[in-house]
Formats: sequence, structure tokens, C-alpha cells
Amino acid sequence: MSEVVLAFDQLTIGYPHSKSPKILFEHISPVLKAGELVCFMGPNGIGKSTLLKTMAGLMPALSKQQPVLDPQKIAIVLTDRVHAMHLTVRSLIAYGRYPYVNWKADLSSKDNEAIDHALTLMHLEALADKEINNLSDGQLQMVMIARALVQDTPVILLDEPTAHLDLNNRLEVTNILRKLAREKNKAILVSTHELDLALQTADILWLADDKKLLTGIPEDLVLDGSLDRIFQFKGFDLKTGKVFHEVYRKQKIKLLGEGHIYLWTKNALERCGYEVGLEGDIELKAFDHTWEIENTQVSKLQDLLKKLN
Amino acid sequence: MVKKAFLGYKWTFLVLLLVALFVINLSIGSVAIPPKEILRALFGMTTDNHIWKNIVLDFRLTKALTALLTGAALGLGGLQMQTLFRNPLAGPDVLGLSAGASLAVSLVFMAGTAGLQILPSSWSIALAASLGSGLVLMLVLAVASRVKDNTSLLIVGLMLGAATASLVSILQFASRAEEQQYFLIWTFGSLGGLDMGEITIMLLALLIGITLSVLNIKALNAWQLGDSYARSLGVNPTRARLMMIITASLLAGVVTAFCGPIAFVGLAVPHLMKLWIKAADHRQLVPSVVLGGASLMLLCDILAQLAGNSFILPINAITALIGAPVVIWIIVSGRKIYV
Repeated sequence: MSEVVLAFDQLTIGYPHSKSPKILFEHISPVLKAGELVCFMGPNGIGKSTLLKTMAGLMPALSKQQPVLDPQKIAIVLTDRVHAMHLTVRSLIAYGRYPYVNWKADLSSKDNEAIDHALTLMHLEALADKEINNLSDGQLQMVMIARALVQDTPVILLDEPTAHLDLNNRLEVTNILRKLAREKNKAILVSTHELDLALQTADILWLADDKKLLTGIPEDLVLDGSLDRIFQFKGFDLKTGKVFHEVYRKQKIKLLGEGHIYLWTKNALERCGYEVGLEGDIELKAFDHTWEIENTQVSKLQDLLKKLN
Repeated sequence: MVKKAFLGYKWTFLVLLLVALFVINLSIGSVAIPPKEILRALFGMTTDNHIWKNIVLDFRLTKALTALLTGAALGLGGLQMQTLFRNPLAGPDVLGLSAGASLAVSLVFMAGTAGLQILPSSWSIALAASLGSGLVLMLVLAVASRVKDNTSLLIVGLMLGAATASLVSILQFASRAEEQQYFLIWTFGSLGGLDMGEITIMLLALLIGITLSVLNIKALNAWQLGDSYARSLGVNPTRARLMMIITASLLAGVVTAFCGPIAFVGLAVPHLMKLWIKAADHRQLVPSVVLGGASLMLLCDILAQLAGNSFILPINAITALIGAPVVIWIIVSGRKIYV
């Protein structure tokens, strides 16, 4: 069993309006363990950011209780865009060392090492002296994550860290977070909308469900239908992990082939409304870069689709 | 190393500029005094014409010192406010701090004429003005937590300033003619006529302001990232905010008490300095606005005197000429300018 680093019991959060407090989560008991990457999913506006901020001690909880951990043991990455004239990437990351530096904010060699390490880890060396106002949203997000890393805390909370990133950077960030959890034994909580990444990377999934938290490993939550129920997917088949395609053509295609050639050919056919199976009206063979249909060969899938039409 | 030398040249320039402007400021005026005689007077030696010594020491030196302290105080006050609000348009005059100080000062004067036994001493005026600034600042801050964008905050500040100024007008209306005239002149802003006691109070306020800024340096830097980030970096937001409020209102209050509501300097200096030293670190920004603010105010005073030999333009006419374009530049360049 891995060690529990942050735990709440019967936590209630929301906004305290004098007449009727707006309650977002009620009597939940979230737990973060060292070495685990938790993905937190739920529809917009359900209170994911508020829960993260409350857990980090940046907002008071509605229920009277203290977090087990000193708030300064938690680093957080928020969705707020940071603006400051002439602030360089390196200086911004250095702010992450403020809990450790003296009142004059002098950086020790240890601080500088931590900053260099974070720059390398997030592939930001080339941007180190750039001003943050000249960065793209994605680059700035990587900088903010680097800033959280140099804080060197056992817990890192990230609010939609992959929101502005392209697919490549999204994978990169997710991989880095996984690596940090495994190798540095950190407890990492990520709120995200990226279902595919969450399903494939999270050790534990948290689902926001009507002021409660459903927790479990991703596969269990898929199989027991919790994900389907909460997200009410429109046209996404969760069990296969694919977008659901409507069959709108009459011909059924018998597809022969193997490996990724087979998979992508199937993808193209299904996308265009054909039913694909082991039996069918038309036989299609997929080889390496050639497709054979009714004794003619084509070298591009596009030509194949034209022929079928 | 190249970078260090480059920064060094920027700082050297700021210091040399300040010294040069101080000397030029001393050497011009309605009476022409040879530079050599000015130096003799400054070092306490006898001058060819003994009135020259009086002019230099009693009039020009006090005015130059006042300009220097006023500019430094307003620059630092403006920087504190822009960091506090994370808003490039914040400044002591823009958000009504000067108006708050004016109201407090006029109340002290009125209390004096109403026969109350509070003698309007320099100390009580400075204290009242700082409290007046502080109250308005906290009021603006309370509103600012509800409105997020620059323009709304600016409008709220202007409205609060206008409301405070109208209270001042009502007080003036009820006062005697000679007081009204004094007040009118005071609102033009003036760097002259301060005695050494008042200059000492200004110097003290500036030193307190610098000390508080230095003690708050980590919070000022972390503040740039927003309240939440600052807090997660170990900054106590209540304490940090209070230190910024005290610094800004003390500096704006004392300057307004003795020199009148001087416009635009507090707003413009931080922007000009950020353009010059291109830094976001308050360890560099704080000294630069002190040096730069002092230089700008000395320059404004020189320009005010150049207009004519026999009269001096109101200092506010000059600061607005320099400050207004800065504000227009900030608004026109829109989202690209941040604090």
C-alpha cells in the first residue's frame, strides 16, 4: 500500500452565500497517495477548480476541518493566465523556489539546480530567457508546470494542464506527470477533459457525480457504466474507445488483412458508413500500401473509397 | 557578463541623469547666478552677492529637494499600486488617493478655522492626508475585487475621486475667501515653499516606503502571478496587501499634503522605468522608480521654470503634458501592456 499524503474526511466545499450557500461537493473524502496519478473528470462548472483550490488551502472549505498537510507542501497549476511585463521564463520558474529562499529572494546553487532541472524536464531550455508575454498558451502552460515542479512538494494539483496544448505536448505533459508520480513518488491530481488520456494514463479516476466523487481505476468505471452515465456520450462508444459510426450504406465489406493497415482501412470504411466484418458483399484485401478489390489494385485508400462509391 | 555590464550602464545612466537634472534645476531661475557661485553657496562659502546664497539655499535647494522627494515618492507609490491591482492604469491620482488626501487636508484646515484646538501642524497634515489616501485606496480595493477589468476599475477610481473632490468643494464653499484662494493654489500643485521640517517628513515617509517595499519584495514579485499563486508560494496575502496599501497611501498622502495633488507622475514613472530597465523583478523596479521618479519630477520643475523667467507654471500643467500621452499609449496598445 502506498502512503496517503493528502486526505480529507467528510469534506464539503462551495461558496458561502449568507442565505443559501452554493454547495458543489458534499461529504466527500478524497485521498491522494504517493506515487499515484489521479485524473479528475466531470462536466464543466461542476466545481473541479474549486475542489482543487480548496484542497490546496487557497479557499476555505464549508465544512470545518483542517487538511492533514501544510498547504505549502502542495504545488498548484491553475488555469488563470499570468501576465507580467518583462517577466522571463526563468524568473517565473524561480518564483516556485520562494518558499525556500530568504527575504531578499536570493537563489542558492541548490535553487538554481532545481530550476535548471525543471527547464530540462519540460524542454524549456531554449525559452529560458524569453519573456512570458511572448509565449504561446501551450508554452506558458509548460512553464507553469515547471514552476510547480521546482516547488518540490509531495503533492501537485493541476487544473486542466493540457487544455491549451496540441496532441504532442498533451502526451508529453501526461508522460512527465506519470514519470514524476512513479519516479519521484509524488501524489499528482489532474483535472482534465481528455477522456482518452485519462483512461490510458490515470492510476485512479475521480468522477464528479452530483456533489459526490466516484473513484476507482479507469477500467472498473468504464465497465460498470459510471462513465457512460455521467458523461452521457453522444456518439462515442466507450467500450471500444472509439467514435460511434452510423452505418448508412447498404454494402457490407469483407475485409482481409492484418496489423495497423487493417485497422486504418477499417477506420476509413467505417467513417464512410460501411459495415465491415468477416463476411460481406464485397471482398477487400489490404496489403502493405496496396488494396485489392474486385481484381483491381489501388495504392491509396482515397482511390479505394472512390471505387466503392 | 555582457548582460551585467549592460544592466550596469542602465543604472549608471539613471544616477547620472538624476545628478545632472538636480544641478540644472539648481542653476536655473528668475535670477541668473553663475554656476561657480551656486557651488560656493552649496558648500557654505560666501558668494559675491550674499542674496545669491539665500536664493540658492532657501529657495532653490529646498525646491529641488522637494521635487526629488516628491517624484521618488510618487513613483514608488505608483509602482505599489500597479502591482497591488495588477493594473497598468493604477496610480495615486487616477484611483482617487490624491482626492482622499485633499479631503483629509481640507478637513484639518476647516477644523482649525472652526476653532477646534487641532493646530494644523506639518505632522498632523501629513498623517491626515495619509489616512485619507488609505481610506480611498481600501474603498477602491473593495470595489476592485468585484470588477475585474481595467476600464471598470479606472472608472470606479475616477468616480470615487470625483465624489471625494466634490466633498472638498462643498467644504471650500463653506470656508472664508482667503482659505479658498490658498486651496485653489494648492490644487495647482507646488513644489515651492516647503520648510525643512516638511522636507524631513517627506524624506522620512520615503524611507519608510522604501523599507516596507524592500521587506515586502518576495510578496511584490509573487503578486504578479495572482493571489492564488502568491498564497501557494507562502505569501500571506492579507499582510502583503496591507503593506502595499500602507506604502502607497503614506507616499501619496504625504506628497499631496505638502505639494498638492500632483497628477500622472505616479502612473507614468513605473511604465517609463519598465521600458528602460526591462525587468519584472521588484528588486530592480523599486530602486529604478525611486531614481526615475525623482528625475522626472526635477525635469518637470525645470520645464515649469523655462516657460518664463518671471513666473513659474503650475507643476500639474507640466506633469499632465508628460503623463497624458503615457496613459493614451497604455490604452491604445491595449492588451499588450501588463503590469
